[in-house]
Amino acid sequence: MTRFRVAIQIVPRRGLLDPQGKAVSDALHSLGFETVGNVRVGRHLVLDTDASSADDARDAARRMCEQLLANPVTEDFHIATVEQA
Amino acid sequence: MKVGIVRFPGSNCDEDAYHAVVDHLGAEAVFCWHKEHDLQGADLVILPGGFSYGDYLRPGAIARFSPIMREVVAHAERGAPVLAICNGFQIACEAGLLPGALLRNANLRFVCEQVHLRVESIATRFTSRYHINEVITVPVAHGDGRYTADADTLARLEGEGRVVFRYVDARGHVTDAANPNASQRNIAGIVNAAGNVLGMMPHPERAVDTLLGSADGLPLLHSLADSLMGGVAA
Repeated sequence: MTRFRVAIQIVPRRGLLDPQGKAVSDALHSLGFETVGNVRVGRHLVLDTDASSADDARDAARRMCEQLLANPVTEDFHIATVEQA
Repeated sequence: MKVGIVRFPGSNCDEDAYHAVVDHLGAEAVFCWHKEHDLQGADLVILPGGFSYGDYLRPGAIARFSPIMREVVAHAERGAPVLAICNGFQIACEAGLLPGALLRNANLRFVCEQVHLRVESIATRFTSRYHINEVITVPVAHGDGRYTADADTLARLEGEGRVVFRYVDARGHVTDAANPNASQRNIAGIVNAAGNVLGMMPHPERAVDTLLGSADGLPLLHSLADSLMGGVAA
């Protein structure tokens, strides 16, 4: 078993109203960043887990997202990186 | 009738529920600690409002895994009634007892105010004491109450008459201004397909005494008592 560090991104599903993203977008516009379009605000998780391979760690992280970390009704998740810890 | 009020770490409407049930409805109530596996013979389970587990991750996401939730789900699967209020509604959605999810209020503010609700269905064991389309006044107090579900779920809820309460203005009209959190279709409360689990963001247990602004939540408790004592099916 090897210890892996997995980074996970969870964001509100596209098409759903994301009021935090809208507020951030508006604030950026008022600062002069007019080029900014849609913004979505989500969560970034970094977790360490033991697994026999990077693929196994990724699979485990996916199951964690499906069962707890992301809400399947409203959120999308993305396993950003899997690195040896 | 015996009412079991589940206490999670961070529940803060458990005492309000107890007060409403014991002092105003005149029924027996017990507190059920979330780590227990015993509903103590409760006929009705209340999942109260609050901030279980500090709303970590998402409101209700962690509470759903509390030991007692296994018993609550079994209780619901037996067809026995569950009243899920505010954070309880969020927990019930996370636990799969009710469809959809409660997201951050669109205005990003915690709303704490009296709202008007229209009773959309009286064919439930929670609302038989109301009149159809009656407008009642009940307080809300939440930051994450925007009811959201996919189009199929919304169509099913509407088609099956499972939207029980809707946010309306004082005259009973569905308007954006009357919607405190931008819930889809102004939905404030729904029941599951079997009709024995009601989830609602407003607090009927805080509307049991005109001295405190409204007693419009009391008929909900009386409806439940009727259904349990009379053995009326959902």
